[in-house]
Amino acid sequence: MNILLSSGASNFVRGVDTSFAVILGISLFFLIGITGVMIYFVIRYRKRHHPEASQIRGNNKLEIIWTVIPTLLVLVMFWYGWTGYRPMRNIPADAIPIKVTAQMWSWNFEYANGKVSDSLVVPLNQAVKLDLFSRDVLHSLYIPAFRIKEDVVPGKNNKMWFIGQEEGSYDILCAEYCGLRHAYMLSKVVVIPEQEYYEWLADTTSVGGDEHPGLTVIKTNACISCHSLDGSRLVGPSFRGIWGRREQVVNPEGEEITVTVDGDYIRRAIYEPNAEVVKGYNKGLMISYKELISEEELTRLTEYLQTLQ
Amino acid sequence: MSIAASHPSSFYADKRGILSWIFSTDHKRIGLLYFYAIFAFFLVGVVLGLLMRLELIAPGRTIMEPQIYNQVFTLHGVIMIFLFIIPVIPAIFGNFFLPIMIGTDDVAFPKINLLSWWIYVIGAIFALLTLVVGDGPADTGWTFYAPYSVKTGTNVTLAVLAAFILGFSSILTGLNFIVTIHRLRAPEMSWFRMPLFAWALYATSWIQLLATPIVGITLLMIVAERVFGIGLFDPALGGDPILYQHLFWIYSHPAVYIMVLPAMGIISEMIPTFAKRTIFGYRAIVWSSLAIAFIGYFVWGHHMFTSGMSGPARVVFSLLTFLVAVPSAIKVFNWVATLYQGSIDVRTPLLYTMAFIFQFLIGGLTGLVNGALATDVHVHDTYFVVGHFHYVMFGGTAFAFFGAMHYWFPKMFGRMYNERTANTAFTLLFIGFNILYFPMLVVGIMGMPRRYYDYLPEFHLPNVISTIGSWILAAGLILMIANLIVARRKGAIAGRNPWGGVTLEWQTPSPPPQHNFDETPRLSEKGPYDFDLK
Ligand code: HEM
Ligand SMILES: [Cu+2]
Ligand SMILES: [Cu+2]
Repeated sequence: MNILLSSGASNFVRGVDTSFAVILGISLFFLIGITGVMIYFVIRYRKRHHPEASQIRGNNKLEIIWTVIPTLLVLVMFWYGWTGYRPMRNIPADAIPIKVTAQMWSWNFEYANGKVSDSLVVPLNQAVKLDLFSRDVLHSLYIPAFRIKEDVVPGKNNKMWFIGQEEGSYDILCAEYCGLRHAYMLSKVVVIPEQEYYEWLADTTSVGGDEHPGLTVIKTNACISCHSLDGSRLVGPSFRGIWGRREQVVNPEGEEITVTVDGDYIRRAIYEPNAEVVKGYNKGLMISYKELISEEELTRLTEYLQTLQ
Repeated sequence: MSIAASHPSSFYADKRGILSWIFSTDHKRIGLLYFYAIFAFFLVGVVLGLLMRLELIAPGRTIMEPQIYNQVFTLHGVIMIFLFIIPVIPAIFGNFFLPIMIGTDDVAFPKINLLSWWIYVIGAIFALLTLVVGDGPADTGWTFYAPYSVKTGTNVTLAVLAAFILGFSSILTGLNFIVTIHRLRAPEMSWFRMPLFAWALYATSWIQLLATPIVGITLLMIVAERVFGIGLFDPALGGDPILYQHLFWIYSHPAVYIMVLPAMGIISEMIPTFAKRTIFGYRAIVWSSLAIAFIGYFVWGHHMFTSGMSGPARVVFSLLTFLVAVPSAIKVFNWVATLYQGSIDVRTPLLYTMAFIFQFLIGGLTGLVNGALATDVHVHDTYFVVGHFHYVMFGGTAFAFFGAMHYWFPKMFGRMYNERTANTAFTLLFIGFNILYFPMLVVGIMGMPRRYYDYLPEFHLPNVISTIGSWILAAGLILMIANLIVARRKGAIAGRNPWGGVTLEWQTPSPPPQHNFDETPRLSEKGPYDFDLK
C-alpha cells in the first residue's frame, strides 16, 4: 500500500487517501473486533468447558445498538467518500483543455494549438481538463498516482480534470476492458514546470522529426497498435511486405476473392475497412478513417507502405 | 447410485438406473443431479482460474497468448457466475432440503423442477458449444459490455444465449420455491417457525423471479444487435453503451444477493446446531434477508461510478449502497451472538462457518471502499474489485457451500467422512484462499487494472504470492473432494442425527425415504431451533 503514503501527486490525492484511511480504519477495527470475539466465544464456550448452553433468544436493545451504530458509521464513510469526490466534478473554468482520443489500443492527446502527442504533457500546478472521446469501444483513463479514472465512452464526451502537483512522469493505464491489447494500452502523464511546458507546446516542428511523413500518419492515427511494421501478426495484417501482396478477402457478398494490394485497395481498406475483410481477421474491429486521414495523407501513407518490403 | 448407505426405504433404493434419475421428479434426486452437474462446472472454472494465475505469475507471456487469456477469463467468469454460484445453493441444497425442512414431501411443481434441471443442462451445453464452433469462446468478460460485445468476432451470441437459457432455469426454481413455501408448509409451521434457510431461499426466490427477466431481455438485445444490426447499444449504429450497463446491472446487482443470501441461510442453520442453542435474533435475521432483497434492487449504479453518470445519480447510488450494508452487518452480529454461552462443538462445518464469517467480513468491508465515491474512482476495475468479489463469492458463498457439503453429507448419503482429513483440507483451503486473494486487494490499491494479461513490473510480487496461494488452495480442494468420495463408499454409517440438530431434516432417516419422513416430524412452538425439544 505504499501508494497510499505518497504525498499529493495531484490535488485529489489527499481527499481520496483520507477516505481510504477512514474506511479502511473503521473496517479493520470491525474485522479484528468481530473475528476476535468470535474466536473467543468458540474457545470460551467450547463443549468441554461449557456443557450446558443457555437458550438466549435475543435482545432488542442489542439489536437496536448494532443497527444504529453501523448506520451512523456507514453514513460517515459515505460522507468522506462524497467530499473526497466532489472536487473531481467541479472543473475550474480556466482549466487548460486537452482533447483525449482513445482507440484500440492507444491514447492520443491534442492540445489547444493543434499539437498532438502520445503522452500527456501538462504544466505543474495548473488545472488541466481532459475531454474524453473514443473512436471504437469503451476505455477508461486511469492515473493511479493521481487517484482518478473516468471511462471513455464512444458517442459521449466524458470529462475529467486535475492539477499535477509534483514534477514527474506517471503511468496512464486503460482500466476498462477493450479487447486483445487492453493490458498494453498504456501511456504517461508528464508534469513539467510551466515555462518548460509552454516551450514544449510552442514547438510544433519536432513532431515526426525526419521520419517519413507516411510513417507519421501511421503513428498519429495509431495504425500500429493493430498492424505491425515487422511482419508479426497483431489484430490486423502486418504492413511489412503489404505492397503487391495477394490477399484472400471476403467481399460484402460473402464470397472469397483474391486481390492484389495496390493504391486503390489501400484506399478502400482505410476508408471502408469493413467492406472487404482479409480472410482470418475479424470484421468490425477497424473504424473508417474517412474523416481522419485526408487524401494528401493517404498518398504519403501509400508511398511509405511501398517502402516496407 | 447404490453405494450410498441406503436402507431399504431410502430414496436411493426406490428405483434404479440412469433414467430413474434424469427423469426423476423427486426433489432429492433433482438436488443431487444439480450437485453433480454444478460441481463439475465448478471444477472446470477452478482449472481456468488456476491457468490464469499461472499466466500472471510473471509479466509477459508465461503459458498462453493474450487472446486465449481473454477468452479464459470470460469463460471462467461465465461458468462461475451462471453455472456455479447462482444455482449452487438453491438448486442443490434448496431442492434437497427445503421440502424436508418445512415438513412436506416435495416442491409444489415437481415436473417444473425437473424441467429447470434440463434447462440448466441445455444452457450449459450452449456455453460449452462456444468452445468448439466458430471463432472460439467469447472474449468480452462475463459482463458482455457493449459495444465491444457487438463488434468482436468471437462466439458472443452463443454465450449470451447460454446465459439467457440458464436464466429460465433460475426463474423456474425461484417460482417453485415461492409457491412451495406459501402452500406446502407443514400445518403447524407458521411463517416464523420456518428455519432461516427456508427464509433465505424465500427472499432469494423473489429476486430470481423478478430480476432475471431483465437480464434475459438485455442479453437478447445483444443478440439482436449482433445478428440484425439493430442499434441499441453501439453508438456507431445509433445506440447507447451506457444503457446496456444500466440494464445489465439492474439484474446483476440483485443477482449478487441471489449468490449470497442462500449462503447466509446455511450459516444460520449451522451455528445453532454446533452451538447447541437457539439462534440469537431470529426475527432480525429474517427481516434483514428481506431488507437486503428489497434494497438490493436500488443500488445497481455503484457499478457505474466512472462511466459518466450524472453527479447526483452517483451520490444517490453511493448512499443507497451504504444502506444495504447495514442488514448484512446485523446478520453477522447475530451469528456471533449465537455463539455466546453456547456449548460449542467444533466440527468441520463450524470451521467453514467461522471462515465464512471472517472472509465475508473482508468481502463486505472492502465493498464499502467500492461504495464510497472517492475511493471507488481509484479502485474501480482494478484487482481490488477482483479481490473483493472473490472474498464475497468464494470466501463467502463457496465456503458456505463447502460447509453445507460437510454438514448435510451424512444426511444425503447416510455416511460420515473422516473428520481429521476434512479439517486438514479445510486448513489448506483457508490458508490458500487468503494467500490467493489478499494480494489482489493490495495490488488493486496499487493501481493494477483487472482483465490484464500483462502488467507493469511494480505489480510483480503480489502476483507471485497470489499464484502460490492458488496452488495451496488447489491442494485443499483435491483433498476435500477425495475425502468425500472415499466417505461416500466406505464412510461409517451416520445415523439420523450425527450433530444433534433440531430442524426437521434431522428427524428423518439418513438418507431420507422417498416421501421424506417415516414418522410425522415434531415441531416446537418455540421456533425452529428449540434445543429443549428432546
Ligand atoms: C481456484 C479458484 C479461482 C481462481 C484461481 C480464480 C482466479 C481468477 C482470476 C485470476 C480472475 C481474473 C481477474 C481479471 O483479470 O479481472 C478471475 C476472475 C473472475 N472470477 Fe475467479 N478465481 C477462482 C474462483 C472463482 C470462484 C469460486 C468464482 C465465483 C464463485 C469466481 C468468479 C470470478 C468472476 C466472476 C471473475 C470475473 C471474470 C471477468 O472479469 O469477466 N472465481 N478469477
Ligand atoms: Cu482497455
Ligand atoms: Cu452491485
